[in-house]
Amino acid sequence: MLTETAGPAGLEAAPPQVLTLREHTVEIVSDSGEGAQRCGQIFGAVSAKMGNGVWTVEIIPAEIQPPPRIPEGASGYRVRVGAGPVTNWGDATNLALAFNEQVLLARHRLNALADDAILLIEDKWATHDDADIRAAWDAAMVELSTKHYRIIPVPMEAECLLLVDNPRKGKNMFALGMLARIYGRDTDRIKDQIAFTFRKKSEAVYASNVALFERGFAWAEHHVDVRIDVPIQPATGPQVVMNGNEAIALGAIASGMELCAMYPITPATSVSHLLSEVFEKFGGIVHQAEDEIAAAGVAIGASYSGKCAFTVTSGPGLALKTEFLGAAIMTEIPLVLVDVQRGGPSTGLPTKVEQSDLLAALFASPGDAPHVVIAPATIEECFHVMITARRIAETFRMVVMVLTDANLATGVTPFARPVPQLGWQSDPLDLSPVPEGTKAYQWDPQTGLSRRIVPGQLHGMHTLTTLSHDEGSKVAYSSGVHQRSSAARSRKLAALSSTLTPPAVYGDASGDLLVVGWGSTKGAIEEAVDRLRAEGRKVSALHLRFLSPMEPGLTAIFARFAKVVTVELNYSDEVGDPFVTEENRRRGQLAFLLRAQTLVDVDCWTRVPGEPLRPGAIVEAIKNRMPKGGAA
Amino acid sequence: MTITCGVLPVLEPEDQEHSYEMSDYEGARARWCPGCGDHSILTAVQRLLAAEQLPPEKTMFVSGIGCSSRFPHYLKTYGFHGIHGRALPVATGIKLNRPDLEIFVVMGDGDCTSIGAGHWIHALRYNLDIVVMLLDNGIYGLTKNQTSPTTPQGHPSNTQPHGSWLPSLNPLTTALGVTNASFVAQTAEWIPSHLYATLRAARRHKGLSFVRILQRCPVYSSAVYMKAVQDPNRIAMLRHDDGVVVPELDKVYKNVMSHDLHDLDAARRIAANLDRVHLGVLYANETNPRYEDLRRVAPRTAEERLHLLETELDRYAV
Repeated sequence: MLTETAGPAGLEAAPPQVLTLREHTVEIVSDSGEGAQRCGQIFGAVSAKMGNGVWTVEIIPAEIQPPPRIPEGASGYRVRVGAGPVTNWGDATNLALAFNEQVLLARHRLNALADDAILLIEDKWATHDDADIRAAWDAAMVELSTKHYRIIPVPMEAECLLLVDNPRKGKNMFALGMLARIYGRDTDRIKDQIAFTFRKKSEAVYASNVALFERGFAWAEHHVDVRIDVPIQPATGPQVVMNGNEAIALGAIASGMELCAMYPITPATSVSHLLSEVFEKFGGIVHQAEDEIAAAGVAIGASYSGKCAFTVTSGPGLALKTEFLGAAIMTEIPLVLVDVQRGGPSTGLPTKVEQSDLLAALFASPGDAPHVVIAPATIEECFHVMITARRIAETFRMVVMVLTDANLATGVTPFARPVPQLGWQSDPLDLSPVPEGTKAYQWDPQTGLSRRIVPGQLHGMHTLTTLSHDEGSKVAYSSGVHQRSSAARSRKLAALSSTLTPPAVYGDASGDLLVVGWGSTKGAIEEAVDRLRAEGRKVSALHLRFLSPMEPGLTAIFARFAKVVTVELNYSDEVGDPFVTEENRRRGQLAFLLRAQTLVDVDCWTRVPGEPLRPGAIVEAIKNRMPKGGAA
Repeated sequence: MTITCGVLPVLEPEDQEHSYEMSDYEGARARWCPGCGDHSILTAVQRLLAAEQLPPEKTMFVSGIGCSSRFPHYLKTYGFHGIHGRALPVATGIKLNRPDLEIFVVMGDGDCTSIGAGHWIHALRYNLDIVVMLLDNGIYGLTKNQTSPTTPQGHPSNTQPHGSWLPSLNPLTTALGVTNASFVAQTAEWIPSHLYATLRAARRHKGLSFVRILQRCPVYSSAVYMKAVQDPNRIAMLRHDDGVVVPELDKVYKNVMSHDLHDLDAARRIAANLDRVHLGVLYANETNPRYEDLRRVAPRTAEERLHLLETELDRYAV
């Protein structure tokens, strides 16, 4: 480890060394409430606007209001910046900026930092009046010395105090200035972004933040000898940059839906934050219900009586909504339910990513309850999936569940700006009279589809019932009715399935091993496959969006590979664990489904680390699972 | 003709002079037990719909699960026979989306005061302009004789064979305790004229009208209201010019109590007083805010929405 002492202010350092790199991952980490996340957000947004590929991840403390200077309190933001598109958070941080050494230790202990990472640390703790703090600093330096980090102490607070009385507020802008200098960020764009960030505050707040930013920029100019140049590749078409929850909210608006009923739950809630701000000007409302059950009920009531409505939730909320999901499926009321997955079961890991709700989503309701489950793989797809979901829900009179996760929800990346189309929106509500004798469910014998009748339509009166019922919504008193109605509801899924095309294989169409994934892991899996293929391994990837109905053609695709392995962010047993055999092994949730669907002996590699999968970890796992005799 | 109703453009059928008869509201033949109080309530409701000339296609009954929740099937209006305890959220979604519809919610005591009690509290607070009927027979009938929150203490059932352990829940004091509750009344199915007049007052009230209807179950809880049925002196009629006024009942029900239905404190005192069974409107206040009014938004055309979305996307433009 090298410890450098920055020269006193005013003394010029040696000319900086400029590293031109395809990508670099930077993170800023602080105690909760010190503004590291805001700094990271601005850095990420400006990097994207300048034309870099970007993927961001929030670093969220384990406690709501943790005491200062403890590793568990680490709060921050990680930004992977690339010369081309960035599809995932990568493996490790190359440059970290920390407000104290304890939060940095948390990152070190999680192996979040690359072995040769550059670490910029607030240095006031080294000479603090409190002997315990000085001792903690020294101990941390010893622990950090086990890696080849390059540590650069920074007198952040001392510098900020020259401008403001309370450096706790504003230190993040000083940090932003340093990062802007090191990475050559466009200062005008940053000032615009600062203005946007503080748009609800006074001019004085903006001016103070800009002054701190400029001081940080100047300090790095003179005292930090590293410059990182990740070449910019401006996108060919217009781009937008947002997180997955914002994309869900805007996609819902684009789909023409007009009511979102929800109950606050992490990490789904921020969908409703954006909608609450803008939905009304689109003619829509967000209803915050008294509980998760009521949120489902209100959405169902609204959908039943008009345009398709939606509800957003996370795991525990999904559990509460299941009875109403069954009700909507039984009465064939269109409904879109977004489940932003987090770690489970139960309260689990509220702020952390996981893909453990797949089976719960598919088998959400007791009884036979066919419905659609779709999982967007990217933040861009979070936008478009809402349009698809709304259309399927209304066309098929079905419940459509959209599974995203905390990684998509809070990650920020640029993507092609959607071009909204009128055809994305539902038709205006038709309240014209229906022919006398029209039944509530005139099931088409081929497709199971039937026309939806809405209250207000003359001659359409009927009572929907969650009891088993016939075409006229009359309660079923014979077993034949239940068989027939169950078939009609199930047939809709088969009909939908017939409209899907087989998914495209990433890489060669045949080979030694096929990695199958779903949801937010697409970027990390495909990056891992690229690395493996670069080493000459015959590995390809397949990513599924439709989980119910399952995408067609899988058996034929699997047959072209010697081995098929799912990579998922959920729990599975490993053969060799105590008592675990091939027969009783609990597998990853997608693997479970694929085995049932295709009768192929699908293996899995799954983890629940409470963070997105790292491409490097997938590479290692796949190497261990390569079939014997496969090319290396 | 196109009129704008809340968030949705509503296409009206050709204007027509149509007079609805009670028979226009008759659905399937009611399958409740002989002697069940629900029959009387169904008749009162059909009479009310005809008297108020509510178009069947713009009238909606939402229920949960239980004997009384079969109600919508026996009417020829739109109906939603949903799941246990959850009628109110569904009704909330419908009314928010379609304030043009006339919504009646039918719940039993299990639905309203037990499994759906949370929704009951919050629906009273939302104060949507809907009629909420609690058909309270003090027992679970459909599932065959289990104790409900309103089962009188000591009354035996299959789940509490030595008698209900706890004092029964008082739906009136509960409802009157909820902030923004705007209409609370009590009536009894064995006094059809009072039942009808109460439901009419509820339907005409602007806001959520909560009506507890004392309803006999001849099979499992015939004893619950027996004394009040047999002895009119057990009943006190609340009287106010704006409330329920049925003069012909004065000959039978001699305990007439003058009550200002705008006086919430008095309403709460009456509700808590169990010496007599009080029938009539306990509280009414049309100045309370109604959620569907607070949440009304200007409708947008698809083209307007498209244009606004472009502006919104500009905020995220790179």
